Amino acid sequence: MTAVPAAPAASTPTATIERTPRMRTARDTWLIFRRSLMLTIRQPTWIVIGIMYPVIYLVLFGPLLDGAIKQAGAGVSAYNWFVPGLLIQVALFGTAFGGFGLIAELRYGVVERMRVTPMSRAAMLLGRSLRDVVILLFQALLMIVLAIPFGLHIDIVGVAVTMGLLALLGLVVAPLSYAAALILKSEDAFAPLVQSLVMPLLLLSGILLPMALAPEWLRFLSNLNPLTHATDAARALFNSDWGNPEIAIGVAITSILAVIAVWIAARTFSRANA
Amino acid sequence: MTNPTPIRTMMIDTADLKRTFKTRTGAVEAVAGVDLHVNAGEIFGFLGPNGAGKTTTLRMLATLITPTAGDATVAGADLRREPALVRQRIGYVPQGGSTDPAETGRGELVLQGRLYGMNAADAKTRAAEVLDKLDLVSAADRPTGTYSGGMRRRLDVGLGIVHRPQVLFLDEPTTGLDPQARARMWDEIKRLREQGTTVFLTTHYLEEADALADRLAIIDHGKIVAEGTSSQLKQKVAGDVVTIGVDGAGANVLTLVEAMPFVREASHDAESGLIRLYVDRGETAVPHLLRSLDAAGYEPTSISLNKPSLDDVFLRQTGRSLREEAA
Repeated sequence: MTAVPAAPAASTPTATIERTPRMRTARDTWLIFRRSLMLTIRQPTWIVIGIMYPVIYLVLFGPLLDGAIKQAGAGVSAYNWFVPGLLIQVALFGTAFGGFGLIAELRYGVVERMRVTPMSRAAMLLGRSLRDVVILLFQALLMIVLAIPFGLHIDIVGVAVTMGLLALLGLVVAPLSYAAALILKSEDAFAPLVQSLVMPLLLLSGILLPMALAPEWLRFLSNLNPLTHATDAARALFNSDWGNPEIAIGVAITSILAVIAVWIAARTFSRANA
Repeated sequence: MTNPTPIRTMMIDTADLKRTFKTRTGAVEAVAGVDLHVNAGEIFGFLGPNGAGKTTTLRMLATLITPTAGDATVAGADLRREPALVRQRIGYVPQGGSTDPAETGRGELVLQGRLYGMNAADAKTRAAEVLDKLDLVSAADRPTGTYSGGMRRRLDVGLGIVHRPQVLFLDEPTTGLDPQARARMWDEIKRLREQGTTVFLTTHYLEEADALADRLAIIDHGKIVAEGTSSQLKQKVAGDVVTIGVDGAGANVLTLVEAMPFVREASHDAESGLIRLYVDRGETAVPHLLRSLDAAGYEPTSISLNKPSLDDVFLRQTGRSLREEAA
């Protein structure tokens, strides 16, 4: 064993550059983002599963929908109506289950180990959430490319703005998922909670079928669902329907929710006696 | 820029530290007022059965949970007012691991260094140093999921010392390790002390506390029941320990030996059928005991004479055997 200089135990520990808390958060967020992204890429099962699901919808459900859409008189091709909704679904499903990974990390002791370091508490949340956003955008782009042969028409600006909207949506769902995981600490409690929230949100959003077909009371509930507005915004963006007020409404609602979600989750991370 | 740090003789100093947990059935006082004084450069053992409050105390000192009452200074920083400073100066190795099975040992160490504020180059250098020191170089770039239990535990310790902490907290460092890996871990811990690190470790292994700790405290039901060096604590028990095995007639034999003038204290464990007595001078007591038992018509199946162990200290203080609880 090679001799190592003795630890200067009684002196000041390893030089640490004094940073403002905000700089510290940005730096630590980057560190956690990079680590979690690397670990995800090393075991890409979840990315594959995350993209498989919507592709199955695209291939097995899309053609069926073509006729239905024309009947509902939405005025666009089935894929230009359907794919934006699927992207919202990818954003929801891709981030809602992020908490599973955190529960595993809690069990490994990784979270506790980091909580004893002077690192920023918010960075633990932000680093992981941004990782989820990056993966989600990757999945969304892949989805769009796959849908082009089916007959999807692209508006480049519309797609770019939709990507921004998806990122915001990811920043709503991922932080809430992590906060729930941190509080519940067990898959057995976390999985049913997420399932019972995600399914109604999906069904009420008009992603699968046009809400125009719904009875009045269902349409009312659908209107209360923030995902409905994100979906409507994405559809308008994909169809270059720039005058549609749903674009502004969807982006505004999602932005406000993202701020609230990050704030709530950051508080949970800085408080939790995990 | 470094101020000459005054030599601190006290690394951990707590006053009436308490922690209450709220449960569905009411409040549970996990730590019921603990006073600890740990000197710089020593290995301090914190001994007690499962659920005695060891880990809760440790987690309070490591800033993971806030005390309900009481105060503490850790590595010269106030636990309540300066938790960030405490974090910078301590290392903490949790029970049950601290690594992601998909990450490499080197990856974990570099990240840990960076989270403690090092730049990328320093963190890399330091990670290599620690890997070398803990003899993990050949496994450095493998995912930790492929490590043996002993290797993973050494890496856990490595993560705790990456930033050269003044105090290292080890929660049950050798639980679940085979004897060889345990012996090796003990060597590492002793080496840390040689290099000037104060080590605070919890254990429910008496041998571990005996072999490693310069001083130790025994905790039971959230309170410290004994504190001192291992030999000081054993002296409290005073005398020698005689264990007699008798078949069936345990209660009668107990009455018989309790009446003997040289027996200070005796107890009977119904489960094992063993009678345990504390006597002043074991070597003269044993022949006496044998003669008396023989005269009364009892035939002991076994008899042994031992110097008191920490288990005897624990038994004396709490009325229970630590060995049984740990099993």
